Amino acid sequence: MSDVLEIRDLRLRFRGYSGTSEVLHGISLNIRAGERVALVGESGSGKSVTARIVLGLLQELPSAQVDGGLFFEGEDLNRLSRRQWRALRGTSISMIFQDPTSSLNPVFTIGTQFAEVLRRRDPKLSREAADERAGTLLQSVSIHDHSRVLGAYPFQLSGGMNQRVVIAMALANRPSLLIADEPGTALDVTVQAQTLKLMHELVERSGTAVLFISHNLGVVREFADRVFVIYRGRIVEQGPTRAIFEDPGHAYTRALMAAVPRITGGGLPDFNDSESAFLDPMVVHGGGKA
Amino acid sequence: MKRTIVILLRNPLSLLGAVLVAAVVLSAVLADYIAPFPEHRGAVVDFVHFNQGPTARNVMGTDLVGRDLFSRILYAFRISLILGVVVLAIAPPIGTLVGLFAGYLGGRAEFVLMRLTDVFLSIPPLVLAIAMMGVLEPTLMNAMLAVTAMWWPWYARLVYNIARSEREEGYVLAAEVIGASTLHITLREILPNCLPAIITKMTLDMGFVIIIASSLSFLGLGVQPPTPDLGSMVAEGARYLPDSWWLTVFPGLAILIAVFGFNLVGDALREILGADQ
Repeated sequence: MSDVLEIRDLRLRFRGYSGTSEVLHGISLNIRAGERVALVGESGSGKSVTARIVLGLLQELPSAQVDGGLFFEGEDLNRLSRRQWRALRGTSISMIFQDPTSSLNPVFTIGTQFAEVLRRRDPKLSREAADERAGTLLQSVSIHDHSRVLGAYPFQLSGGMNQRVVIAMALANRPSLLIADEPGTALDVTVQAQTLKLMHELVERSGTAVLFISHNLGVVREFADRVFVIYRGRIVEQGPTRAIFEDPGHAYTRALMAAVPRITGGGLPDFNDSESAFLDPMVVHGGGKA
Repeated sequence: MKRTIVILLRNPLSLLGAVLVAAVVLSAVLADYIAPFPEHRGAVVDFVHFNQGPTARNVMGTDLVGRDLFSRILYAFRISLILGVVVLAIAPPIGTLVGLFAGYLGGRAEFVLMRLTDVFLSIPPLVLAIAMMGVLEPTLMNAMLAVTAMWWPWYARLVYNIARSEREEGYVLAAEVIGASTLHITLREILPNCLPAIITKMTLDMGFVIIIASSLSFLGLGVQPPTPDLGSMVAEGARYLPDSWWLTVFPGLAILIAVFGFNLVGDALREILGADQ
Protein backbone atom coordinates (compact mmCIF):
# COMPACT_ATOMS: atom_id res chain seq x y z
CA MET A 1 0.00 0.00 0.00
CA SER A 2 1.17 3.51 -0.75
CA ASP A 3 1.95 6.03 1.94
CA VAL A 4 -0.20 9.13 2.23
CA LEU A 5 2.34 10.76 4.47
CA GLU A 6 5.92 9.89 5.12
CA ILE A 7 8.18 11.74 7.51
CA ARG A 8 11.86 10.84 7.32
CA ASP A 9 14.38 11.84 10.00
CA LEU A 10 12.63 15.09 10.86
CA ARG A 11 14.62 17.56 12.95
CA LEU A 12 13.43 20.84 14.37
CA ARG A 13 15.56 23.50 16.00
CA PHE A 14 14.53 26.83 17.45
CA ARG A 15 17.00 29.69 17.34
CA GLY A 16 16.89 31.69 20.53
CA TYR A 17 19.01 34.39 22.14
CA SER A 18 21.20 31.75 23.80
CA GLY A 19 21.96 29.60 20.77
CA THR A 20 19.72 26.92 19.29
CA SER A 21 17.71 24.26 21.06
CA GLU A 22 16.71 21.08 19.30
CA VAL A 23 13.09 20.09 19.81
CA LEU A 24 12.76 17.12 17.45
CA HIS A 25 15.75 14.79 17.15
CA GLY A 26 15.01 12.87 13.99
CA ILE A 27 11.45 11.57 13.80
CA SER A 28 10.33 9.08 11.18
CA LEU A 29 6.77 7.95 10.70
CA ASN A 30 4.47 6.95 7.89
CA ILE A 31 0.74 6.77 7.33
CA ARG A 32 -0.78 4.56 4.65
CA ALA A 33 -3.94 5.44 2.74
CA GLY A 34 -7.02 5.17 4.90
CA GLU A 35 -4.98 4.27 7.97
CA ARG A 36 -5.48 5.76 11.42
CA VAL A 37 -2.19 6.43 13.13
CA ALA A 38 -1.84 7.82 16.64
CA LEU A 39 1.04 9.91 17.92
CA VAL A 40 1.10 9.63 21.70
CA GLY A 41 3.18 11.46 24.25
CA GLU A 42 3.20 13.91 27.12
CA SER A 43 2.85 17.65 26.64
CA GLY A 44 6.01 19.21 25.25
CA SER A 45 7.16 15.97 23.62
CA GLY A 46 6.79 17.37 20.11
CA LYS A 47 3.41 16.02 19.00
CA SER A 48 1.82 19.28 17.93
CA VAL A 49 4.92 20.77 16.29
CA THR A 50 5.12 17.66 14.12
CA ALA A 51 1.58 18.37 12.90
CA ARG A 52 2.41 22.00 12.19
CA ILE A 53 5.49 21.01 10.22
CA VAL A 54 3.41 18.71 8.01
CA LEU A 55 1.13 21.67 7.28
CA GLY A 56 4.10 23.94 6.59
CA LEU A 57 3.07 26.41 9.28
CA LEU A 58 6.20 26.21 11.40
CA GLN A 59 8.49 26.70 8.41
CA GLU A 60 7.09 30.22 8.07
CA LEU A 61 8.55 31.20 11.44
CA PRO A 62 11.97 32.79 11.04
CA SER A 63 13.23 31.25 14.30
CA ALA A 64 12.38 27.67 13.36
CA GLN A 65 14.80 25.48 11.45
CA VAL A 66 13.31 22.35 9.96
CA ASP A 67 15.29 19.52 8.32
CA GLY A 68 14.19 16.14 7.09
CA GLY A 69 12.11 14.48 4.42
CA LEU A 70 8.39 15.17 4.10
CA PHE A 71 6.42 13.30 1.46
CA PHE A 72 2.71 13.69 0.85
CA GLU A 73 1.21 11.19 -1.61
CA GLY A 74 4.68 10.58 -2.98
CA GLU A 75 5.37 14.27 -3.54
CA ASP A 76 8.30 15.96 -1.81
CA LEU A 77 6.72 18.71 0.27
CA ASN A 78 10.05 20.48 0.77
CA ARG A 79 10.26 21.15 -2.96
CA LEU A 80 6.86 22.82 -3.12
CA SER A 81 6.60 26.59 -3.15
CA ARG A 82 4.73 28.24 -0.30
CA ARG A 83 1.80 28.83 -2.60
CA GLN A 84 1.61 25.18 -3.65
CA TRP A 85 1.86 24.04 -0.04
CA ARG A 86 -0.87 26.47 0.93
CA ALA A 87 -3.05 25.05 -1.84
CA LEU A 88 -2.82 21.59 -0.22
CA ARG A 89 -4.07 22.89 3.10
CA GLY A 90 -7.84 22.77 3.48
CA THR A 91 -8.19 20.65 0.34
CA SER A 92 -5.98 17.55 0.55
CA ILE A 93 -4.91 17.98 4.18
CA SER A 94 -7.18 19.30 6.90
CA MET A 95 -6.99 19.59 10.63
CA ILE A 96 -9.15 19.53 13.77
CA PHE A 97 -8.18 21.22 17.04
CA GLN A 98 -8.70 20.80 20.77
CA ASP A 99 -11.42 23.36 21.25
CA PRO A 100 -14.07 23.34 18.51
CA THR A 101 -15.81 26.53 19.67
CA SER A 102 -12.71 28.69 19.45
CA SER A 103 -11.85 27.21 16.04
CA LEU A 104 -14.88 29.01 14.62
CA ASN A 105 -14.92 32.76 14.14
CA PRO A 106 -17.45 34.23 16.59
CA VAL A 107 -18.69 36.99 14.25
CA PHE A 108 -19.80 34.81 11.32
CA THR A 109 -22.60 32.26 11.09
CA ILE A 110 -21.79 28.58 10.61
CA GLY A 111 -23.25 28.79 7.11
CA THR A 112 -20.89 31.61 6.07
CA GLN A 113 -17.87 29.75 7.40
CA PHE A 114 -18.97 26.50 5.82
CA ALA A 115 -19.30 28.25 2.46
CA GLU A 116 -15.75 29.59 2.78
CA VAL A 117 -14.39 26.11 3.47
CA LEU A 118 -16.25 24.64 0.48
CA ARG A 119 -15.00 27.46 -1.77
CA ARG A 120 -11.43 26.36 -1.05
CA ARG A 121 -12.07 23.50 -3.46
CA ASP A 122 -14.65 25.14 -5.67
CA PRO A 123 -14.20 28.95 -5.69
CA LYS A 124 -17.28 29.67 -7.81
CA LEU A 125 -19.71 27.82 -5.56
CA SER A 126 -22.88 29.86 -4.96
CA ARG A 127 -24.14 30.40 -1.44
CA GLU A 128 -27.29 28.35 -2.07
CA ALA A 129 -25.31 25.42 -3.40
CA ALA A 130 -22.87 25.72 -0.50
CA ASP A 131 -25.73 25.67 2.02
CA GLU A 132 -27.17 22.62 0.35
CA ARG A 133 -23.87 20.73 0.45
CA ALA A 134 -23.27 21.86 4.03
CA GLY A 135 -26.71 20.52 4.92
CA THR A 136 -25.89 17.07 3.56
CA LEU A 137 -22.53 17.10 5.35
CA LEU A 138 -24.17 18.09 8.64
CA GLN A 139 -26.63 15.21 8.16
CA SER A 140 -23.68 12.86 8.07
CA VAL A 141 -22.57 14.03 11.53
CA SER A 142 -26.13 13.50 12.84
CA ILE A 143 -27.21 17.14 12.82
CA HIS A 144 -30.73 17.03 11.50
CA ASP A 145 -31.96 20.59 12.03
CA HIS A 146 -29.21 21.83 9.74
CA SER A 147 -30.95 25.00 8.58
CA ARG A 148 -31.04 26.26 12.17
CA VAL A 149 -27.39 25.35 12.71
CA LEU A 150 -26.26 27.02 9.47
CA GLY A 151 -27.95 30.27 10.53
CA ALA A 152 -26.48 30.17 14.04
CA TYR A 153 -23.32 31.75 15.44
CA PRO A 154 -20.78 29.42 17.09
CA PHE A 155 -21.52 30.72 20.59
CA GLN A 156 -25.18 29.83 20.19
CA LEU A 157 -24.34 26.14 19.79
CA SER A 158 -23.07 23.67 22.38
CA GLY A 159 -19.50 22.41 22.39
CA GLY A 160 -20.56 19.01 21.11
CA MET A 161 -22.56 20.59 18.30
CA ASN A 162 -19.59 22.75 17.30
CA GLN A 163 -17.34 19.70 17.37
CA ARG A 164 -19.61 17.96 14.87
CA VAL A 165 -19.67 21.07 12.71
CA VAL A 166 -15.87 21.19 12.76
CA ILE A 167 -15.61 17.50 11.85
CA ALA A 168 -18.03 18.01 8.96
CA MET A 169 -16.01 21.03 7.77
CA ALA A 170 -12.71 19.18 8.04
CA LEU A 171 -14.01 16.38 5.86
CA ALA A 172 -16.02 18.63 3.52
CA ASN A 173 -13.38 18.80 0.79
CA ARG A 174 -12.63 15.05 0.95
CA PRO A 175 -9.04 15.37 2.19
CA SER A 176 -6.78 12.34 1.94
CA LEU A 177 -5.19 13.20 5.30
CA LEU A 178 -6.86 14.54 8.42
CA ILE A 179 -4.72 15.72 11.30
CA ALA A 180 -6.60 15.65 14.59
CA ASP A 181 -4.69 17.47 17.33
CA GLU A 182 -6.21 16.23 20.60
CA PRO A 183 -9.72 16.65 19.22
CA GLY A 184 -12.39 17.38 21.80
CA THR A 185 -10.04 17.51 24.78
CA ALA A 186 -11.89 20.67 25.79
CA LEU A 187 -15.22 18.79 25.81
CA ASP A 188 -16.61 16.52 28.49
CA VAL A 189 -16.06 12.78 28.19
CA THR A 190 -19.49 11.71 26.97
CA VAL A 191 -19.56 14.27 24.17
CA GLN A 192 -15.96 13.40 23.32
CA ALA A 193 -16.88 9.73 23.01
CA GLN A 194 -19.89 10.48 20.77
CA THR A 195 -18.03 12.77 18.41
CA LEU A 196 -15.03 10.43 18.20
CA LYS A 197 -17.34 7.62 17.22
CA LEU A 198 -18.84 9.82 14.50
CA MET A 199 -15.40 10.76 13.25
CA HIS A 200 -14.35 7.12 13.27
CA GLU A 201 -17.32 6.14 11.09
CA LEU A 202 -16.84 9.04 8.71
CA VAL A 203 -13.14 8.51 8.02
CA GLU A 204 -13.77 4.81 7.57
CA ARG A 205 -16.48 5.51 5.01
CA SER A 206 -14.48 8.14 3.11
CA GLY A 207 -11.16 6.33 3.35
CA THR A 208 -9.41 9.34 4.85
CA ALA A 209 -6.10 8.69 6.59
CA VAL A 210 -5.84 10.19 10.05
CA LEU A 211 -2.88 11.38 12.10
CA PHE A 212 -4.35 11.33 15.59
CA ILE A 213 -2.42 13.30 18.18
CA SER A 214 -3.37 12.55 21.75
CA HIS A 215 -2.26 11.90 25.29
CA ASN A 216 -5.42 9.94 26.03
CA LEU A 217 -4.43 6.28 25.79
CA GLY A 218 -7.99 4.99 26.18
CA VAL A 219 -9.12 6.92 23.11
CA VAL A 220 -6.04 5.92 21.15
CA ARG A 221 -6.63 2.24 21.84
CA GLU A 222 -10.15 2.45 20.42
CA PHE A 223 -9.37 4.72 17.50
CA ALA A 224 -5.97 3.92 16.04
CA ASP A 225 -4.61 1.12 13.86
CA ARG A 226 -1.02 1.92 14.67
CA VAL A 227 0.67 3.88 17.45
CA PHE A 228 3.85 5.91 17.64
CA VAL A 229 5.00 6.85 21.14
CA ILE A 230 7.00 10.06 21.30
CA TYR A 231 9.16 11.21 24.20
CA ARG A 232 11.27 14.37 24.23
CA GLY A 233 11.40 14.69 20.46
CA ARG A 234 12.21 11.02 19.77
CA ILE A 235 9.98 8.12 18.77
CA VAL A 236 10.56 5.54 21.50
CA GLU A 237 8.17 2.82 20.42
CA GLN A 238 6.02 2.03 17.41
CA GLY A 239 3.81 -0.77 16.23
CA PRO A 240 0.23 -1.96 15.77
CA THR A 241 -2.10 -0.78 18.52
CA ARG A 242 -2.74 -4.24 19.92
CA ALA A 243 0.90 -5.16 20.13
CA ILE A 244 1.80 -1.96 21.94
CA PHE A 245 -1.01 -2.16 24.47
CA GLU A 246 -0.58 -5.86 25.19
CA ASP A 247 3.18 -5.88 25.32
CA PRO A 248 4.67 -2.41 25.81
CA GLY A 249 8.38 -2.82 25.16
CA HIS A 250 9.83 0.55 26.12
CA ALA A 251 10.17 1.78 29.70
CA TYR A 252 8.50 5.09 28.82
CA THR A 253 5.48 3.41 27.21
CA ARG A 254 5.02 1.27 30.32
CA ALA A 255 5.29 4.36 32.55
CA LEU A 256 2.77 6.21 30.34
CA MET A 257 0.26 3.38 30.66
CA ALA A 258 0.80 3.09 34.40
CA ALA A 259 0.16 6.82 34.74
CA VAL A 260 -3.47 6.57 33.58
CA PRO A 261 -5.72 6.94 36.65
CA ARG A 262 -8.00 3.90 37.02
CA ILE A 263 -11.72 4.26 37.30
CA THR A 264 -11.54 1.50 39.92
CA GLY A 265 -9.51 3.72 42.24
CA GLY A 266 -6.12 3.04 43.77
CA GLY A 267 -4.93 6.65 43.97
CA LEU A 268 -2.95 8.69 41.49
CA PRO A 269 0.08 6.76 40.26
CA ASP A 270 3.61 8.10 40.72
CA PHE A 271 5.31 9.30 37.58
CA ASN A 272 9.03 9.82 37.47
CA ASP A 273 9.56 12.33 34.69
CA SER A 274 13.18 11.61 33.80
CA GLU A 275 14.19 8.02 34.28
CA SER A 276 17.33 7.02 32.44
CA ALA A 277 15.51 4.02 30.92
CA PHE A 278 13.26 6.47 29.04
CA LEU A 279 16.20 7.26 26.79
CA ASP A 280 16.61 3.62 25.71
CA PRO A 281 16.66 2.97 21.94
CA MET A 282 13.43 2.65 19.99
CA VAL A 283 11.34 -0.49 20.22
CA VAL A 284 9.74 -1.58 16.96
CA HIS A 285 7.01 -4.19 17.05
CA GLY A 286 6.90 -6.87 14.36
CA GLY A 287 5.63 -5.61 11.05
CA GLY A 288 5.52 -2.09 12.41
CA LYS A 289 8.15 -0.68 10.15
CA ALA A 290 6.78 -0.50 6.66
CA MET B 1 -30.96 47.50 14.71
CA LYS B 2 -34.40 47.70 16.30
CA ARG B 3 -32.96 46.42 19.57
CA THR B 4 -30.25 49.06 19.39
CA ILE B 5 -32.78 51.86 19.12
CA VAL B 6 -34.89 50.46 21.96
CA ILE B 7 -31.88 50.30 24.30
CA LEU B 8 -30.82 53.79 23.25
CA LEU B 9 -34.21 55.27 24.07
CA ARG B 10 -34.77 53.43 27.35
CA ASN B 11 -31.84 55.09 29.13
CA PRO B 12 -32.58 58.80 29.81
CA LEU B 13 -28.92 59.79 29.42
CA SER B 14 -28.56 58.08 26.05
CA LEU B 15 -31.83 59.64 24.99
CA LEU B 16 -30.49 63.07 25.96
CA GLY B 17 -27.31 62.33 24.00
CA ALA B 18 -29.30 61.28 20.93
CA VAL B 19 -31.40 64.46 21.14
CA LEU B 20 -28.32 66.70 21.48
CA VAL B 21 -26.52 64.99 18.58
CA ALA B 22 -29.64 65.20 16.44
CA ALA B 23 -30.01 68.90 17.27
CA VAL B 24 -26.37 69.65 16.41
CA VAL B 25 -26.46 67.67 13.17
CA LEU B 26 -29.79 69.15 12.09
CA SER B 27 -28.70 72.73 12.80
CA ALA B 28 -25.51 72.15 10.83
CA VAL B 29 -27.32 70.63 7.86
CA LEU B 30 -30.26 73.05 7.87
CA ALA B 31 -28.26 76.16 8.85
CA ASP B 32 -29.31 77.91 5.63
CA TYR B 33 -32.99 77.62 6.58
CA ILE B 34 -32.82 78.02 10.39
CA ALA B 35 -30.37 80.90 10.64
CA PRO B 36 -32.14 84.27 10.90
CA PHE B 37 -29.20 85.97 9.11
CA PRO B 38 -27.57 83.44 6.78
CA GLU B 39 -25.42 86.13 5.18
CA HIS B 40 -23.69 86.69 8.57
CA ARG B 41 -21.59 83.56 8.06
CA GLY B 42 -19.22 85.66 6.00
CA ALA B 43 -17.65 89.11 6.17
CA VAL B 44 -20.62 91.35 6.95
CA VAL B 45 -20.51 94.55 8.96
CA ASP B 46 -23.56 96.02 10.72
CA PHE B 47 -22.47 98.86 13.00
CA VAL B 48 -26.04 99.67 14.01
CA HIS B 49 -26.32 96.45 16.02
CA PHE B 50 -22.69 95.78 17.02
CA ASN B 51 -21.77 94.13 20.34
CA GLN B 52 -25.31 93.90 21.69
CA GLY B 53 -26.56 91.46 24.32
CA PRO B 54 -29.37 89.00 23.60
CA THR B 55 -32.46 90.70 22.23
CA ALA B 56 -35.58 89.54 20.44
CA ARG B 57 -33.86 90.28 17.12
CA ASN B 58 -30.58 88.53 18.00
CA VAL B 59 -31.36 85.79 20.56
CA MET B 60 -27.67 85.26 21.40
CA GLY B 61 -26.55 88.81 20.84
CA THR B 62 -24.23 90.16 18.16
CA ASP B 63 -20.46 90.16 17.78
CA LEU B 64 -18.03 93.06 17.48
CA VAL B 65 -19.00 93.86 13.90
CA GLY B 66 -22.73 93.37 14.46
CA ARG B 67 -23.18 89.81 13.12
CA ASP B 68 -25.85 87.57 14.62
CA LEU B 69 -24.11 85.08 16.97
CA PHE B 70 -26.88 82.47 16.73
CA SER B 71 -26.54 82.30 12.95
CA ARG B 72 -22.77 82.09 13.19
CA ILE B 73 -22.91 79.26 15.75
CA LEU B 74 -25.15 77.23 13.44
CA TYR B 75 -22.59 77.58 10.64
CA ALA B 76 -19.75 76.85 13.08
CA PHE B 77 -21.39 73.51 13.90
CA ARG B 78 -21.16 72.75 10.21
CA ILE B 79 -17.40 73.36 10.17
CA SER B 80 -16.87 71.32 13.36
CA LEU B 81 -18.86 68.39 12.06
CA ILE B 82 -17.15 68.38 8.67
CA LEU B 83 -13.79 68.37 10.39
CA GLY B 84 -14.84 65.62 12.78
CA VAL B 85 -16.29 63.42 10.04
CA VAL B 86 -13.29 63.84 7.75
CA VAL B 87 -10.78 63.14 10.53
CA LEU B 88 -12.73 60.09 11.65
CA ALA B 89 -13.01 58.88 8.08
CA ILE B 90 -9.23 58.98 7.58
CA ALA B 91 -7.54 58.35 10.94
CA PRO B 92 -9.29 55.10 12.04
CA PRO B 93 -8.69 53.21 8.77
CA ILE B 94 -4.98 54.14 8.81
CA GLY B 95 -4.59 53.19 12.46
CA THR B 96 -6.62 50.03 12.01
CA LEU B 97 -4.50 48.76 9.12
CA VAL B 98 -1.26 49.53 10.97
CA GLY B 99 -2.47 47.85 14.17
CA LEU B 100 -3.96 44.88 12.35
CA PHE B 101 -0.82 43.98 10.44
CA ALA B 102 1.51 44.72 13.36
CA GLY B 103 -0.60 42.58 15.67
CA TYR B 104 -1.06 39.66 13.32
CA LEU B 105 2.34 39.50 11.61
CA GLY B 106 4.46 40.19 14.69
CA GLY B 107 8.23 40.15 14.38
CA ARG B 108 9.90 42.81 12.27
CA ALA B 109 6.68 44.28 10.88
CA GLU B 110 5.37 44.74 14.41
CA PHE B 111 8.59 46.44 15.49
CA VAL B 112 8.64 48.92 12.62
CA LEU B 113 4.92 49.75 12.66
CA MET B 114 4.45 50.05 16.40
CA ARG B 115 7.66 52.02 17.05
CA LEU B 116 6.54 54.43 14.32
CA THR B 117 3.23 54.70 16.18
CA ASP B 118 5.13 55.35 19.42
CA VAL B 119 7.02 58.21 17.79
CA PHE B 120 3.71 59.93 17.05
CA LEU B 121 2.35 59.13 20.50
CA SER B 122 5.44 60.47 22.26
CA ILE B 123 4.70 64.02 21.07
CA PRO B 124 1.88 65.64 23.08
CA PRO B 125 -1.10 65.74 20.67
CA LEU B 126 -1.78 69.46 20.72
CA VAL B 127 1.92 70.27 20.39
CA LEU B 128 2.17 68.07 17.29
CA ALA B 129 -0.84 69.79 15.76
CA ILE B 130 0.50 73.24 16.65
CA ALA B 131 3.87 72.40 15.10
CA MET B 132 2.23 71.15 11.91
CA MET B 133 -0.05 74.16 11.67
CA GLY B 134 2.90 76.45 12.31
CA VAL B 135 4.67 75.03 9.28
CA LEU B 136 1.63 74.72 7.05
CA GLU B 137 -0.86 77.38 6.13
CA PRO B 138 -3.74 77.65 8.62
CA THR B 139 -6.66 76.37 6.54
CA LEU B 140 -9.50 73.94 7.22
CA MET B 141 -7.75 71.33 5.08
CA ASN B 142 -4.50 71.56 7.01
CA ALA B 143 -6.32 71.55 10.34
CA MET B 144 -7.89 68.23 9.31
CA LEU B 145 -4.46 66.93 8.32
CA ALA B 146 -2.90 67.95 11.64
CA VAL B 147 -5.69 66.40 13.72
CA THR B 148 -5.55 63.20 11.65
CA ALA B 149 -1.80 62.93 12.18
CA MET B 150 -2.25 63.00 15.94
CA TRP B 151 -5.30 60.75 15.93
CA TRP B 152 -4.43 57.58 14.00
CA PRO B 153 -1.84 56.20 16.46
CA TRP B 154 -4.53 55.65 19.09
CA TYR B 155 -6.42 53.42 16.69
CA ALA B 156 -3.21 51.58 15.85
CA ARG B 157 -2.69 50.88 19.56
CA LEU B 158 -6.29 49.79 20.12
CA VAL B 159 -6.45 47.47 17.12
CA TYR B 160 -2.92 46.15 17.71
CA ASN B 161 -3.89 44.95 21.19
CA ILE B 162 -7.07 43.27 19.98
CA ALA B 163 -5.28 41.68 17.01
CA ARG B 164 -2.55 40.38 19.32
CA SER B 165 -5.06 38.51 21.44
CA GLU B 166 -7.22 37.41 18.51
CA ARG B 167 -4.15 35.98 16.78
CA GLU B 168 -3.97 33.32 19.50
CA GLU B 169 -7.61 32.32 18.97
CA GLY B 170 -8.38 28.95 17.46
CA TYR B 171 -10.24 30.33 14.48
CA VAL B 172 -7.13 32.17 13.26
CA LEU B 173 -5.09 28.98 13.43
CA ALA B 174 -7.94 27.11 11.75
CA ALA B 175 -7.92 29.68 8.94
CA GLU B 176 -4.14 29.31 8.54
CA VAL B 177 -4.55 25.56 8.45
CA ILE B 178 -6.99 25.64 5.56
CA GLY B 179 -4.56 27.82 3.66
CA ALA B 180 -6.13 31.27 4.01
CA SER B 181 -3.91 34.17 2.92
CA THR B 182 -2.58 36.84 5.28
CA LEU B 183 -4.93 39.39 3.73
CA HIS B 184 -7.93 37.12 4.23
CA ILE B 185 -7.04 36.39 7.85
CA THR B 186 -6.42 40.01 8.82
CA LEU B 187 -9.27 41.65 6.92
CA ARG B 188 -11.93 38.95 6.88
CA GLU B 189 -11.30 37.06 10.12
CA ILE B 190 -9.67 39.41 12.66
CA LEU B 191 -11.00 42.81 11.56
CA PRO B 192 -14.70 41.96 12.11
CA ASN B 193 -13.80 41.04 15.69
CA CYS B 194 -12.20 44.48 16.19
CA LEU B 195 -15.11 46.48 14.74
CA PRO B 196 -17.22 46.95 17.91
CA ALA B 197 -14.27 48.54 19.71
CA ILE B 198 -13.38 50.72 16.71
CA ILE B 199 -16.93 51.99 16.22
CA THR B 200 -17.34 52.80 19.90
CA LYS B 201 -14.07 54.68 19.97
CA MET B 202 -15.10 56.61 16.86
CA THR B 203 -18.31 57.93 18.43
CA LEU B 204 -16.52 58.84 21.66
CA ASP B 205 -13.79 60.52 19.60
CA MET B 206 -16.19 62.70 17.62
CA GLY B 207 -16.55 64.92 20.71
CA PHE B 208 -12.82 65.03 21.35
CA VAL B 209 -12.00 65.89 17.75
CA ILE B 210 -14.39 68.84 18.01
CA ILE B 211 -12.60 69.99 21.19
CA ILE B 212 -9.14 69.67 19.64
CA ALA B 213 -10.23 71.45 16.46
CA SER B 214 -11.74 74.24 18.56
CA SER B 215 -8.54 74.44 20.62
CA LEU B 216 -6.53 74.88 17.44
CA SER B 217 -8.72 77.69 16.19
CA PHE B 218 -8.82 79.18 19.70
CA LEU B 219 -5.05 79.52 19.33
CA GLY B 220 -5.55 81.06 15.90
CA LEU B 221 -4.15 78.01 14.06
CA GLY B 222 -7.35 76.56 12.67
CA VAL B 223 -10.04 77.89 10.41
CA GLN B 224 -9.45 81.57 9.63
CA PRO B 225 -11.97 84.44 9.81
CA PRO B 226 -14.44 85.29 8.48
CA THR B 227 -15.45 81.59 8.46
CA PRO B 228 -17.32 81.02 11.73
CA ASP B 229 -15.65 78.59 14.13
CA LEU B 230 -16.57 77.90 17.74
CA GLY B 231 -12.96 78.03 18.97
CA SER B 232 -12.07 81.32 17.33
CA MET B 233 -15.38 82.85 18.47
CA VAL B 234 -14.53 82.02 22.08
CA ALA B 235 -11.02 83.41 21.65
CA GLU B 236 -12.30 86.63 20.14
CA GLY B 237 -14.84 87.18 22.92
CA ALA B 238 -12.46 86.29 25.75
CA ARG B 239 -10.89 89.76 25.55
CA TYR B 240 -14.24 91.41 26.34
CA LEU B 241 -15.14 89.38 29.41
CA PRO B 242 -17.06 89.86 31.62
CA ASP B 243 -18.93 92.80 30.08
CA SER B 244 -19.76 91.22 26.71
CA TRP B 245 -20.29 87.76 28.18
CA TRP B 246 -22.49 86.54 25.32
CA LEU B 247 -19.51 86.55 22.96
CA THR B 248 -17.88 83.61 24.82
CA VAL B 249 -20.71 81.95 26.72
CA PHE B 250 -22.85 80.96 23.74
CA PRO B 251 -20.07 79.52 21.54
CA GLY B 252 -18.67 77.79 24.66
CA LEU B 253 -22.06 76.26 25.41
CA ALA B 254 -22.29 75.15 21.80
CA ILE B 255 -18.99 73.24 22.14
CA LEU B 256 -20.24 71.73 25.39
CA ILE B 257 -23.53 70.58 23.87
CA ALA B 258 -21.86 68.96 20.86
CA VAL B 259 -19.15 67.17 22.87
CA PHE B 260 -21.52 66.09 25.64
CA GLY B 261 -24.02 64.73 23.12
CA PHE B 262 -21.47 62.67 21.20
CA ASN B 263 -19.97 61.28 24.41
CA LEU B 264 -23.35 60.17 25.75
CA VAL B 265 -24.14 58.42 22.47
CA GLY B 266 -20.68 56.85 22.49
CA ASP B 267 -21.24 55.47 25.99
CA ALA B 268 -24.61 54.05 24.99
CA LEU B 269 -23.07 52.45 21.91
CA ARG B 270 -20.32 50.89 23.99
CA GLU B 271 -22.94 49.27 26.17
CA ILE B 272 -24.92 47.95 23.21
CA LEU B 273 -21.94 46.59 21.27
CA GLY B 274 -20.39 45.18 24.43
CA ALA B 275 -23.59 43.29 25.20
CA ASP B 276 -23.49 41.66 21.76
CA GLN B 277 -20.24 39.89 22.48
